[in-house]
Amino acid sequence: MLPQILPKSKFDEFVGSLSADNRVVAPMAKGPAFAFQEVQTPEDQAAIRMDYDLSILPPKKFLMPQRETLLSFGGRGPENVQPQVQAKPTVILGVQPMDLHAIATLDAAMAKDPADPYYQAKRAVTKIVGLNVAQYANDYQFMADMDTLDAPASGWDLFLTDLGDRWFVEVGSEAGQAMITKCAGFSPAKSDDHAAKVAFDKAKAAACSKRLPYDARYLPELLANSYDSLLWNAVARRCFSCGSCTNVCPTCYCFDVQDKLGLDAASGERVRSWDSCQLRVFAEVAGGENFREHADSRLRHRVFRKGKFILERTGKPGCVGCGRCSTHCVAGISILETFQQIADEAAAEI
Amino acid sequence: MTMTMSNPASASPYLPRVATVAEACKFTPKEAWFRFEFADGQGIQYAAGQFMEVSVFGVGEAPISICSAPGKRGDLEMCIRAVGDVTNALHTLQVGQTVGLRGAFGNGFDMDKVAGKDLLFVAGGLGLAPCRSFILDALNHREKFRNVTILYGARTPADLLFTKDLEAWAQRKDSTFLMTVDRGDENWKGNTGVITTLFRKMPKVDPANTAAFIIGPPIMFKFAVLEALAMGLRKTSIYCSLERRMKCGLGKCGHCQIRNVYVCQEGPIFNYAEVMRLREGI
Repeated sequence: MLPQILPKSKFDEFVGSLSADNRVVAPMAKGPAFAFQEVQTPEDQAAIRMDYDLSILPPKKFLMPQRETLLSFGGRGPENVQPQVQAKPTVILGVQPMDLHAIATLDAAMAKDPADPYYQAKRAVTKIVGLNVAQYANDYQFMADMDTLDAPASGWDLFLTDLGDRWFVEVGSEAGQAMITKCAGFSPAKSDDHAAKVAFDKAKAAACSKRLPYDARYLPELLANSYDSLLWNAVARRCFSCGSCTNVCPTCYCFDVQDKLGLDAASGERVRSWDSCQLRVFAEVAGGENFREHADSRLRHRVFRKGKFILERTGKPGCVGCGRCSTHCVAGISILETFQQIADEAAAEI
Repeated sequence: MTMTMSNPASASPYLPRVATVAEACKFTPKEAWFRFEFADGQGIQYAAGQFMEVSVFGVGEAPISICSAPGKRGDLEMCIRAVGDVTNALHTLQVGQTVGLRGAFGNGFDMDKVAGKDLLFVAGGLGLAPCRSFILDALNHREKFRNVTILYGARTPADLLFTKDLEAWAQRKDSTFLMTVDRGDENWKGNTGVITTLFRKMPKVDPANTAAFIIGPPIMFKFAVLEALAMGLRKTSIYCSLERRMKCGLGKCGHCQIRNVYVCQEGPIFNYAEVMRLREGI
């Protein structure tokens, strides 16, 4: 379907049409920042902030919740164990391009050897309305380098660009087309709308300059060369190993699995929850041996996952340049700065 | 409007199979041996070096090496050290009780890859459990291999595991078995000293044509590898099993990841050249 136009006056109507048979989640203000929250009331709907700059947590939380039940059990034995694969039809409204790329990364990671039915069940009933950005939210972002300023070719249903009094709406799937058909407010985009969209993206590209001193395609190789660098120790001296960076990362998917007992002390649930390779015990084994005991090896592991490992395993970026890890680091550690510094390391070696 | 969708039971890779404790034996206060039979009668096929995720519901799940001879069978054995919540709970299991088992996970090792070679097994402490799977496979197909040498070290005589096996191996004429303890007691007549001291007491091997399986705590591995390399063994012919705390076994949770390798799928059996390349392996 060709791009459509939705007048801003019709936006509420559009959201209402989505709410009819979906849970709708959208960006709203949360303190001085923004968070994706469920739209449950007319007040919520009025609080949707399609002008948000950056959400605290990425929309990952709807596909891979912070806590998720894998199995329920009736007692100690394995006889009464039931898988609990749950998914609510959901529309995620206002997903920025870099987060669309991050979802593509999660899709790839969770599809592999073997597929994860818990993620895939949620993903299958989730529709995504993307949202174009005009500029960087802060100095930690570097989407231009990671090639995530524009939406990926697929993996979203609609993609909205703000043209002032109207939304330019690209259609990425049949589900997206159905969303358009259900709401009366849409009309085909005309040539001046197309021109305005082109101008928007041009202005975005001009506003969002590259920040790495090299082409990001060299990032995995630069990281490989920096493995023995003193840089990791230098940066890790500031690191508290708190795990904030991994909690807010849109592509982190490591987890812990634990049993939660009910009040009868017999039945309960096996739950997986987000975990962090930055926590000291993450790579500890029974008996106390810890294979990434020091903060520098943990920090290096995270940065390598972001810049190299995930890309090599999934073919999708492990870092989309969103800058959340740096925005929320209590020690002010910036992955952009680290990526910049490894170039200097490589230069020093020559 | 919201609705909840449930997938069929078989869809979850986290759903364990039911297995019954068919036999159990306390080897030491900390280490117990179990033989599990699958309740569904479907059996299992596994290779030496593979592991299972063992569940006690309400406590959790832990990755445990299989210690019985590999193949297609209706049961499997594990030797479990009580070090954490799950393993302590497993130690309370009685014959007839059930556990949940997922697996087998990991790459495992096909002993046919080293057919025609001299075999050297070096097992330290609980490392004898995964190593036993390799040893039993080799001894069950003894004709496929040339000289077979088994070295085993434990801390004290009271820590020795699989003592029936040790006696049987010591009596075999077609292979060499040597063991040592770090510290003997008044009744101990055998070797004392760390396991590397056995390298000087064992028959000579043809280093270019020997495969070594070195499984034990990291500190033992480091010194035993030095001995093996000094004997002239090739780095690619020295195998080890890396211990990690796999939470999923499915290449996802990240706990077993070494650089870009998920030990639960690409390991836990690696040759020494690979371990060196991983850097964070041991």
